[in-house]
Amino acid sequence: MAVITIREALNQAMREEMRRDEGVFLMGEEVAAYQGAYKVSKGLLEEFGDKRVVDSPITELGFAGLGVGAAMVGLRPIIEFMTFNFSILATDQIINSAAKMRYMSGGQFKIPIVFRGPNGSAFQVSSQHSQALESWYAHFPGLKVVMPSTPADAKGLLKSAIRDDDPVVFLEQERMYGNKGEVPDGEDFLVPLGVADVKREGTDCTVVARSMTVPLALKAAEELEKQGVSVEVVDPRTIRPLDIETIVNSVKKTNRLVIAEESHAFCGVGAEISAQVMEHAFDYLDAPVKRLSGADAPMPYAKNLERLALPDVERIVKAVREVSYLD
Amino acid sequence: MATQVVMPKLSPTMEEGQLSRWLKNEGDKVSFGEPIAEIDTDKATMEATATTAGVLRKIIVPAGETVPLGAVIAIVGEADEDISGIVSETSSGAAPAEKKEPVQEKPEAPQEAAPEPAPAQPAPQAQPAEAQAGGNGQRGDGRLIVSPIAARMAADAGINLNTLKGTGPGGRIVKRDIEAAMKAGPAPQAEPQAQPQEEQAKHAPAPQPAVQPAGGAAPYREENVSTMRATIARRLVQSLGPIPHIFLTTEIEMDRTAEMRKQLNALDPENKVSINDFVIKVAAHALLQHPAVNASFQEKVIRYYERADIGVAVALENGLITPVVRNANAKSVGQISREVKELAERARNRKLAPEEYTGATFSVSNLGMFGIDEFTALINPPEACILAVGAMTPTPVVRDGEVTVRQMMKVTLSCDHRIVDGATGAKFLQTLKKILENPLYLIA
Repeated sequence: MAVITIREALNQAMREEMRRDEGVFLMGEEVAAYQGAYKVSKGLLEEFGDKRVVDSPITELGFAGLGVGAAMVGLRPIIEFMTFNFSILATDQIINSAAKMRYMSGGQFKIPIVFRGPNGSAFQVSSQHSQALESWYAHFPGLKVVMPSTPADAKGLLKSAIRDDDPVVFLEQERMYGNKGEVPDGEDFLVPLGVADVKREGTDCTVVARSMTVPLALKAAEELEKQGVSVEVVDPRTIRPLDIETIVNSVKKTNRLVIAEESHAFCGVGAEISAQVMEHAFDYLDAPVKRLSGADAPMPYAKNLERLALPDVERIVKAVREVSYLD
Repeated sequence: MATQVVMPKLSPTMEEGQLSRWLKNEGDKVSFGEPIAEIDTDKATMEATATTAGVLRKIIVPAGETVPLGAVIAIVGEADEDISGIVSETSSGAAPAEKKEPVQEKPEAPQEAAPEPAPAQPAPQAQPAEAQAGGNGQRGDGRLIVSPIAARMAADAGINLNTLKGTGPGGRIVKRDIEAAMKAGPAPQAEPQAQPQEEQAKHAPAPQPAVQPAGGAAPYREENVSTMRATIARRLVQSLGPIPHIFLTTEIEMDRTAEMRKQLNALDPENKVSINDFVIKVAAHALLQHPAVNASFQEKVIRYYERADIGVAVALENGLITPVVRNANAKSVGQISREVKELAERARNRKLAPEEYTGATFSVSNLGMFGIDEFTALINPPEACILAVGAMTPTPVVRDGEVTVRQMMKVTLSCDHRIVDGATGAKFLQTLKKILENPLYLIA
């Protein structure tokens, strides 16, 4: 198994799928000549040419719509948003066209499209460029929403997303592109959509984390182990369809749940998980579900405030101790 | 495989049952559907039947004890099967059964709050919601605060939550408190709880020795509230509390009805009818002419009954019950009389089926035989009205300017004012009075 970065893993996934299927193409701002704002598409133009690696103008609604049209006639577009903050401009195509087309055409059109790019905060890019939008897209039936947290998941999930016949919103994290990890060899390595992963087993408290909070939760679990608390870290990996069963089984074992997320709490994915856990595992809870979310405020530009606005290891440790009645 | 036999729901209003008598002993064979115990519900004594065939291996709830619905009362299994697992599942539920000697509760000194007899059975109802004075201090607002998993574990292990001190925030009882209690050994029994009430099984609680309180207050004795008395208490609070009552009284000259009764009884001395049988018949007759009185307030709708099913209050030795004469307007006075006698007899033996004492559309209560001239009765919800009937008494009255003696009887109608206004009730009483004063109207 090779140790590679998430950036390289995503690149491999696209490269392998483009080799495997001629219908797969990549389109977005700066994806070709510049090789991607975050270098995820490095070398793709060289290998596949400018018909399959297409630089678009700065027109998110336009090229997202082109992608939907291409998917309707049988291609498998990958639409890259330079960041998902810009996808806000394209939501009409994503939500009204991509998510609804299969349903509204009575199944005549499938939409095998992937919208991908970094989601959430970076470093000091302030309020408009630091947003975690997974709850937006997870809200709508018709879209699948994926959030990998390791190089292996990034590769396996992106390959599955490209092969999937339904529109997938694939949310990466700018802070994590350089994170390294082992990735199984072979072009057939896939991670199925809709299956959660227990990143660490434990018995005293479950922490459900996704994307950038997964490494934080794992660090917190190490810290808590020294304090005698055994934490189980569950990464849903796919937000929709959500593998609630794995989460519920974990909570049935530990009786306590902390949800760590970068996005805002209100109407968020954490709220959804919390509600479903209550529906399915009420009798197993020993404490109220604890959410640890991004601050309910626009992201500050100042470095010190930015740090305070996001979950960190220390606060996850504190939350676990709180629901375990240790403080 | 061994299975648990639970306290069954035997009547629509039943919330708990008293195990009145075991019909089988431990070791006896039982077949499916065979009665194994008699259960004293809030209204009647009924039989609990085996839900599986096998051998009655263990009796968990001794005769005389009251437990909530769903509580395990016995284990049925194969003769040679190891049932220790399933018994320990019922855990401290089994504990009271170990106490071979039914122990009568010693009345508490009045200064101390009497601990509620909490059923020791593993059932969610085992957690009294009420505050208990003198309990552990964790329930500031009178609620027991317990996490869902802790509640479930306690129920499974038969641990009385009232004996625990919560270590969570605000005194919440959490998982580790249950684990600590389980480690500490068998579930502590709040000593007076679940005391077998052998006497109560006979529906007549035995008098207990009088308590002589300090400070010269009156001595007293305490008897456990019987299931029937508890039901009466609960139902009546549901009546006068939520239902705005109005009371309408009228006096009826009963001479003609009394004369007709005399003639009827002369015709058939074997089956004598009572004045009350006439009242039931005439009330049913009048109800059909005044549908607003033969009704029920159902919050969103008013239900008008198309038949007069009359509940007849029957006094029992230690309670009362209202068996129902269905379709009374269509029955003869003689028929009504025979039916009332038969229902009352079975009520006294507590052998009425639930459908025989529920679902009346109107009730009649008669205390005439106790010499009561006039009284008011409480509505039996969801009915709209009840008629309280006093004694028929020779009374001097003025007729055509002359004083003369007539058989007078006072009746009082209690009305649910939400649907029966004073005038509506009064019109019904007018019709009732008219017919009772001239019973020929019954065939007019």
